[in-house]
Amino acid sequence: MTYTTAIFYFFASILVFAGLRVITARNPVHAALYLVLAFFTAAGLWMLLEAEFLAITLVLVYVGAVMVLFLFVVMMLDINLEKLREGFWDYLPLAGFVAVLLVIEMALILGSRHFGLEVMGAPAPHAADYSNTKELGRVLYTEYVYAFELAAVILLVAIVAAIALTLRRRKDSKYIDPAEQVKVKRNDRLRIVKMQATQKPGAGEDGA
Amino acid sequence: MISLSHYLVLGGILFAISVLGIFLNRKNVIILLMAIELMLLAVNMNFIAFSHYLGDIHGQIFVFFILTVAAAESAIGLAILVVLFRNLHTINVDDLDHLKG
Repeated sequence: MTYTTAIFYFFASILVFAGLRVITARNPVHAALYLVLAFFTAAGLWMLLEAEFLAITLVLVYVGAVMVLFLFVVMMLDINLEKLREGFWDYLPLAGFVAVLLVIEMALILGSRHFGLEVMGAPAPHAADYSNTKELGRVLYTEYVYAFELAAVILLVAIVAAIALTLRRRKDSKYIDPAEQVKVKRNDRLRIVKMQATQKPGAGEDGA
Repeated sequence: MISLSHYLVLGGILFAISVLGIFLNRKNVIILLMAIELMLLAVNMNFIAFSHYLGDIHGQIFVFFILTVAAAESAIGLAILVVLFRNLHTINVDDLDHLKG
């Protein structure tokens, strides 16, 4: 067993263990932390597959941003954990059966008979000065530039949607809408009244 | 040596685990979202494994886009979850039957 093989089995077992704990953990905070472990281990495996840029992106984007968002939401919500786990053990026999069947079916198709080393050999490792990021960028900004811009639009839509969904106006806020302030005209606030000039009774005697 | 089928079977196991998670935790929306993330990770693992063994970088581009869309999806999903909790004070899937489906 070479060093790479040992690393693969080590990472794969951690990944499967973390995945199982994500779905069985009693506390959602623990589940989120195990999901962080799963993503981190998957990034290690992607490193092994010479996809360095995506491995780093997975850690930065998923562990750094998405999972922190998950943790924020999980800690913000005050939920009754016991009620949410109702039926966990009732579903286990059927669900376990389906899952095991899925694995067996996929292993039959994806086994070494069709995708083994004899059929699809391991590619030669890249040279030391090969840059995965450079190659990815070269393809991304030429062939896929239209899809890349669409992805940017999707992210923008996600930002707007997330803010619009969770925004709530407070009734007791003293906030004044600047647009209303700018739009206001003199006639809305000021009324000039024409009236007859009158002399106060005591004022004329003083001047005389 | 590690062959392509090792990675594919690992992706398959991960996918089956997340299917199991969706079955088991069908009351808890947060765990359901996490199981979907795990499922996308399994799919991405397959894409990258094929990209490596076929020597084709286009598979990694697809992973890039899947990551983008998954991040957007989880952000909106969590926003919906927060609004839901604010209005109903629960995230139990059984209580979300307003559409009478």
